[in-house]
Amino acid sequence: MIKLFSLKQQKKEGEACPKQGTQKKATAAQLRITKDLNELNLPKTCDTEFPDANDLLNFKLIISPDEGFYKGGRFVFSFKVGPNYPHEPPKVKCETSIYHPNIDLEGNVCLNILREDWKPVLTVNSIIYGLQYLFLEPNPEDPLNKEAADVLQNNRRMFEQNVMKAMRGGYVGTQYFERCLK
Amino acid sequence: MPWKRPLSGLYFSGWSVSRFEVMSGSVEMEVQSDDSPMPAAPKSWMRNAMERSGPFCLPDFDHRPGALHSVLGQIQVQFLFRRNDIGRSKAEVAANFINNRIPGVNVTPHFCKIQDKDEDFYRQFHVVVCGLDSVPARRWMNGMLHSLIEYDDDNTPITGTNIPLVDGGTEGLKGNARVILTGTSACIECTLGLYPPQVTYPLCTIANTPRLPEHCIEYVKIIQWPKENPYQCEIDGDDPAHLCWIHEKSVERASHFGITGVDYKLVQGVVKNIIPAVASTNASIAAVCANEVFKLATGVCKPLNDYVVLNQSDGVYTFAFANEKREDCLVCGRKANILNIKEDAKLEELISKLCQDDGARMKNPGLTTNVNGKQMTLYIATVPSIERQTRPNLKKTLTELGLVNGAEIVVADETSPMSMTFKLNFI
Repeated sequence: MIKLFSLKQQKKEGEACPKQGTQKKATAAQLRITKDLNELNLPKTCDTEFPDANDLLNFKLIISPDEGFYKGGRFVFSFKVGPNYPHEPPKVKCETSIYHPNIDLEGNVCLNILREDWKPVLTVNSIIYGLQYLFLEPNPEDPLNKEAADVLQNNRRMFEQNVMKAMRGGYVGTQYFERCLK
Repeated sequence: MPWKRPLSGLYFSGWSVSRFEVMSGSVEMEVQSDDSPMPAAPKSWMRNAMERSGPFCLPDFDHRPGALHSVLGQIQVQFLFRRNDIGRSKAEVAANFINNRIPGVNVTPHFCKIQDKDEDFYRQFHVVVCGLDSVPARRWMNGMLHSLIEYDDDNTPITGTNIPLVDGGTEGLKGNARVILTGTSACIECTLGLYPPQVTYPLCTIANTPRLPEHCIEYVKIIQWPKENPYQCEIDGDDPAHLCWIHEKSVERASHFGITGVDYKLVQGVVKNIIPAVASTNASIAAVCANEVFKLATGVCKPLNDYVVLNQSDGVYTFAFANEKREDCLVCGRKANILNIKEDAKLEELISKLCQDDGARMKNPGLTTNVNGKQMTLYIATVPSIERQTRPNLKKTLTELGLVNGAEIVVADETSPMSMTFKLNFI
């Protein structure tokens, strides 16, 4: 049985001695993200940028595809890892304006593991692979940018040209895209 | 030792120093009871409250323009709240109510987030009782209490630094209560799998092929609000103007897709993740928690070991079982390894020590720590932009980096499936 009260009393008496090592302990999210990043195994088309090395919870991912529709482009994603990581997925947004069936013009990304299929066993690495896959295989079945998806489904050639137009910087329909070619 | 002789007259003398903490949602109260013998009052008070017809039929104030901050939809709140309390802080009203109703009890309300209080605040309590409304808040409190534990040289918790946590939670007709003897029994983090996952919908469904009224509300919440930003701020689920806007836009979207069933209540439910509250479930769970606190405080009986479920959705079912502690739990399973090192050692010496054959035999360790309550990256070699920024740390001594004797560093390496914690011991 715990003798709560006597112990607290003792504690009070003992408090005269200076407290040592009252340093804040690492949170579960910190332990996990340290592990994730230390094990980060990036393909050569991906790079990370940490504005503040002490803040492992906010960083950018730069994807520069070397094949597929988006070859030659440079796309920046922001990662925000919450205190509840890995029980909640990081919040990922695309900061480059992009013509893509699964990424809308506000930068929201439709990737199953970022929302409904997220599991705590997944890592930052899994998300990066997922994003890279979106560039190689845009998926018109589950669109976020419906116009882009329709074009991809009906006229692959036209889609390719639209992607090129957008990456060079210019209008696709009424929408303006900033240049993101390397 | 009065608590060992429960029948003696000295029995309650311990109460003069007992401090409990009761938390609900984002408000919390501390209960400090005076020297008075425990009166029979709580029982009759409870009965009175249950028999009273008034509180049960309080109108739902949520629909009134400018409704109060505290939500009167929660029925247990209605036991303590009256019409003229609208607009006051929940914690204050509840504290006043209890103080007035039960002589000798002194409840101090705190109207703030649990995260606003520091370690010294939590350290002063004998028992912490949680009646929180979210998993993150539970995990936070669990992490806080575990971080207060001090260990002796054998890595066993020093008694007195481990504050027991009594946690209760309900969802509709289901509820659970548990006792966590911090450092000894399974903690919240060990058993996270017990909580059902939050409902989320695929973004593309929300954006293009909504089928449910919830899809329409989520669309407005996630996509339309940030785009149009009607009030130039984040969504505040307690602001009726915000809810009205979301309601209006959701109805528009729903009718566009031929979906019915979007009403104000559902909007509120989706935006605020409201879980229905049932007074009898809350009362039962609160009673279990109170009973456990009583046992812990007085020692009359062994505390619950360590989890009880209550399910009233089909008959009444209850069952108690012991959760097993996870050895690899990120919060309580961490046994800090002791790392003996010279005070004036450089960081690179520490790293090479970790990689040595007679040490942890690591390959490519990444190190972080906390200095003055802030996270700090000591060195991570595998991420170029971090490596560039942290390279100068290698030549600094541990003291220069702000590391003190007893400081804990987090080390991740491919040779171990989890991050490890090392406690520095200066020699």
